[in-house]
Amino acid sequence: MPAKDSVPGTILIAALLCVVCSLAVSAAAVALRPYQIANEVLDQQKNILDAAGLPTDEFGKPASELSKNEIDNLYTWVSEQMVDLDTGEENNEMDPTKFDLVESATDPTLSTEIVPDPYDPGEDRRPKTMKVYFVRKNGEGPIRQVVLPIYGKGLWGTLYGYLALKSDLETIQGITFYQHKETPGLGGEVDNPAWKAQWNGLKLYDENGEPAAQVFKGPAPDADPYSVDGLSGATITSRGVTALVQYWASEQGYGPFLKKLAEKMQQESAEADTASVSRPTNDLSAEAVRRAPLLTDAARNDTRSNETRLSDTLLTDTLPNDKLPTTSTMKVGA
Amino acid sequence: MSQKPVDVLVDPIVNNNPIALQILGICSALAVTTKMETSLVMALAVVSVTACSNLAVSAIRSYIPSSIRIIVQMTVIASLVIVVDQFLKAFLFDISKQLSVFVGLIITNCIVMGRAEGFAMKNSAGISFLDGIGNGLGYGFVLVVVAFFRELFGSGSLFGITLMELDRNGGWYAPNGLMLLPPSAFFIIGIMIWVIRLNKPEQIEEA
Repeated sequence: MPAKDSVPGTILIAALLCVVCSLAVSAAAVALRPYQIANEVLDQQKNILDAAGLPTDEFGKPASELSKNEIDNLYTWVSEQMVDLDTGEENNEMDPTKFDLVESATDPTLSTEIVPDPYDPGEDRRPKTMKVYFVRKNGEGPIRQVVLPIYGKGLWGTLYGYLALKSDLETIQGITFYQHKETPGLGGEVDNPAWKAQWNGLKLYDENGEPAAQVFKGPAPDADPYSVDGLSGATITSRGVTALVQYWASEQGYGPFLKKLAEKMQQESAEADTASVSRPTNDLSAEAVRRAPLLTDAARNDTRSNETRLSDTLLTDTLPNDKLPTTSTMKVGA
Repeated sequence: MSQKPVDVLVDPIVNNNPIALQILGICSALAVTTKMETSLVMALAVVSVTACSNLAVSAIRSYIPSSIRIIVQMTVIASLVIVVDQFLKAFLFDISKQLSVFVGLIITNCIVMGRAEGFAMKNSAGISFLDGIGNGLGYGFVLVVVAFFRELFGSGSLFGITLMELDRNGGWYAPNGLMLLPPSAFFIIGIMIWVIRLNKPEQIEEA
């Protein structure tokens, strides 16, 4: 064996160390991978449910506080569907369980280039087909919420998340981000429950049908039905969230799909109405609400209580709908 | 060097605390201490990394060429941190999400590196292991004390269990928002250092 401090000795020790360390690291990674995948799947389900507001509706607490069993049960309300974004048609040839967002977004055969005009999510490509989620009470009956995967650039990397719409397909139910690289305490506040709660009841489209929901710079104006508070100290993250929400809501994103779905749902509810006793309609004439230029908070509350269930008020109780202080002054433990 | 094992283990907790006396590893102490749960997991992660890296470095110390010793220590520490991170992701997923980058940043925690270079390179494996545990505990002790005050006064709870009902939930306690922001950890650590030095004047540095 060469002397410890000689050049061959140094190289030998360095090489040995590298082999041992890489073996240890890869062994841990391989052995723990199944557990990690299971965790990630569960985490996705929690995020989907949270975006749709089901855990707060049904249990009065966020998905993170539910047991795995409760999550599994609740997730049976969710059905997965592949959708061609360009046409807006459902695609039944692809298996939703095999869909991988990152893979589809990078594979040239599965994705198209993103035209960064007028909405620029900061990404180069998006999948041609996306997996969307329908929420039905107990897995049957009319669609309660639609959950759409969204992603786009923040400051340090891509934010991946879900945007849930209420059954009028124009009002936001909730938003969650399951993966991002934003600075904890600044851009990382996209995870703040108090901030996320502000999205509930927000209008996604303005009266011309253009995407309008946005993160305001500073505290959102009181009567603005399109804005949530900006994240202090995180201008670029805030802009990124606005851009990605608007991109995915636009014609290049889920626009065609949402239009087709709205028609289909109208037909279905018309059929249901004629066929039997009319179920409580969720319309509260979505059209009328949409035409109202500025929705007052009271009116917004009306929309909410009409569409969501009573137990939803638990969230409204703890987080009153009138504008919260900016997230820098009021933080809830994430 | 003939230190008693018990001293090696217990000394760093108060007498020679890495945060309070040596002022090392402050960064993560500010970041992860808003809640008891995350602090405790972070403390355990640091204890295991410091202990194992001390053990490993000490075990191979007579083979480490002095020209690359820092790199060798770094490699050992980095590997251990990755393994710990993988474990957290597999078994404590939610907490590992909250700790986010700070688990990875244990690599750059001066305490770990400092003990490997300053202690493990000169001492036998067993006692180095104890030294690692002791220093990890010293770090964890400060973390848990800071988190205790921050969670209690910032969120009115401990380990997520509400002790003081918050006014926004219809209770009586108006939480102190500052406690949830990093600067409050500075104040608490400062007060801790003051209290420790009141009781142990020998720690006071000469002006």
